[in-house]
Amino acid sequence: MSSNNTLLEEKSKAARKSLLKVVHHAGAGHIGGPLSAIDVLTALYFKEMNVEPTNPYKVDRDRFVLSKGHSAIGLYAVLAEKGYLDQKELYTFDSLDSRLQGHPDMKILPGIEMSTGSLGQGISAAVGMALGAKVQDQSFRTYCMIGDGESQEGQVWEAAFIASKYELDNLVVILDYNKLQQYGWVGTNTERAVPNDLVEEKWESFGWNVIRIDGHSFEDILEGFRQAKLVKQKPTILIADTVKGKGISFMENNYLWHSRIPTDEELSLALKELDESGDL
Amino acid sequence: MQASQLKTASMRDSFSETLYQLAVNDPRVFVLDGDLATSTKIEKVAKECPQKFLQMGIAEQNMLSVAAGLATTGLQPWAVTFAAFMSKRALDQIQVQIAQPKLNVKMIGAYSGLLTGVTGKTHQALEDIAIFRSLANMTVLAPADSVETAKMMEWANQYDGPVYIRLARDNYPILFDDSYVFKPNKGVVLNEGTDLTIISTGTATSRALEAAKILKQNNISSAVVHLPSIKPIDQELIIEMAVKTKAIVTVEEHSIYGGLGGAIAEILAANAPTPIEFVGVKDRNSESASNEALLEKYEISTKYIVEAGQRVNLRKNSDFN
Ligand SMILES: Cc1ncc(C[n+]2csc(CCOP(=O)(O)OP(=O)(O)O)c2C)c(N)n1
Ligand SMILES: [Mg+2]
Repeated sequence: MSSNNTLLEEKSKAARKSLLKVVHHAGAGHIGGPLSAIDVLTALYFKEMNVEPTNPYKVDRDRFVLSKGHSAIGLYAVLAEKGYLDQKELYTFDSLDSRLQGHPDMKILPGIEMSTGSLGQGISAAVGMALGAKVQDQSFRTYCMIGDGESQEGQVWEAAFIASKYELDNLVVILDYNKLQQYGWVGTNTERAVPNDLVEEKWESFGWNVIRIDGHSFEDILEGFRQAKLVKQKPTILIADTVKGKGISFMENNYLWHSRIPTDEELSLALKELDESGDL
Repeated sequence: MQASQLKTASMRDSFSETLYQLAVNDPRVFVLDGDLATSTKIEKVAKECPQKFLQMGIAEQNMLSVAAGLATTGLQPWAVTFAAFMSKRALDQIQVQIAQPKLNVKMIGAYSGLLTGVTGKTHQALEDIAIFRSLANMTVLAPADSVETAKMMEWANQYDGPVYIRLARDNYPILFDDSYVFKPNKGVVLNEGTDLTIISTGTATSRALEAAKILKQNNISSAVVHLPSIKPIDQELIIEMAVKTKAIVTVEEHSIYGGLGGAIAEILAANAPTPIEFVGVKDRNSESASNEALLEKYEISTKYIVEAGQRVNLRKNSDFN
């Protein structure tokens, strides 16, 4: 990976470590999805988006909606790296009175723009934000991440249709295309097991600007964001090829790690892998 | 006052005109349509103020979630569709993205209840009060006539938070005049009485008034309380009337489960146990037919309110009420 992105590499590695430790500590949460999302989230918060942790509600901030809300701990870890909250607070995840709910709650944690958790809904809210910017002549951009399993929800396609109808070129959706969901079609042949196929064709036919990227290459991710800005009158989707459980060899591409809790031993193995991998 | 002798007016027209005025005068107001603009009459906004009209297509789940997103940018979306689709098709979206975060979205359930223009059970909404009032942060309103519709909408527009307004399709007797002031949390005593209290909401109130008139001819003196706000609810007035008249009839164009009757029973059971008769649709599905036929078959016409009044009056005076 190019050394131009050293900061991003450091940040995403730190976020990976803390999310693993927090899930282990809480004895709850998801792992596979957050690990596949973390590089895109890091690129968003450390390079792409106009946001200020000290001024989280400034009117012209860019918006991000985590439509696949079950990856909350991944987002919290990146928000902590960015300075929205203390590292220490991460360890309140999932406990009583915590601002870090199992699924993101916009009312209690600054930086969370929309409450999500029921799959399929976040993308529509992001469409509403982008539409709100358009009709009020505001210049902020809206970003949203969806899952490939989540894309089985009909509402995702309702949102896709309306975004294209209203020519929302201020909207960028990132598909975390990790080819696994919670259980899905485990045991069938690989092609049939993919949660959603022909994704480029589907989004193109809905009138979107489609860009395929490697969701673990910062160069690719940032180039995708750059190209999205060049296209007018169409929303953009970055189809990010990702690996569920990315970064931890024994978690990668294994549906069981969707929401398994690592044992003490697994945690130390995982952390060791992260420390040893100079280049993730 | 006999409701049947009063002038009637279209609730839809009043809704349409008021929403148009709000859209024109309040920069925050945008109107979202689920492809029913001709039925709900929000086509007035589409035609005369098109920049404030957002067609969301036949996709109610997306429409309510988009409304939530719009609200986060400082706008005040009014999402409009049939009550049946609002309360059931888009319920999870409303719960997670509007009610829980208490966003400023106004939800209009048009064509509520049983009288939906011969569309039948797929389009009738007999559960919407029960559903909406069980959501934390939600305000649930049902106007009785065209005047109250407008007043209620003006109130909702200046209230910061989610509001569900249950509207009816047809013309209804005008019960209020222009001096009427809508207050959430306040019931309206439309008729004084000593033997029992009929408590009603929405357009069922005009039938409640007629029933009181008939009961009076039978020497039963009935108070009539209209509750335009089911949540928050005027608990004080409900208890006061129960204590005073010692018998209650609840009247609604809604299932007898979980609606106005349920809300009142909850309050009285805890505070002032009182015999109650429930006029509403029993646990069954309805069908398409004329308004008159439906009111009779599903036992919510004036006649059934009168009978409920007679029953509760007997119960009140028996040892085993
Ligand atoms: C409406 C809804 N149905 C079911 C779930 C339970 N659920 C949580 S995550 C998940 C799988 C999601 O798969 P995907 O979108 O591919 O996410 P990822 O692989 O990135 O974890 C399911 C079924 C939910 N949160 N919401
Ligand atoms: Mg997936």
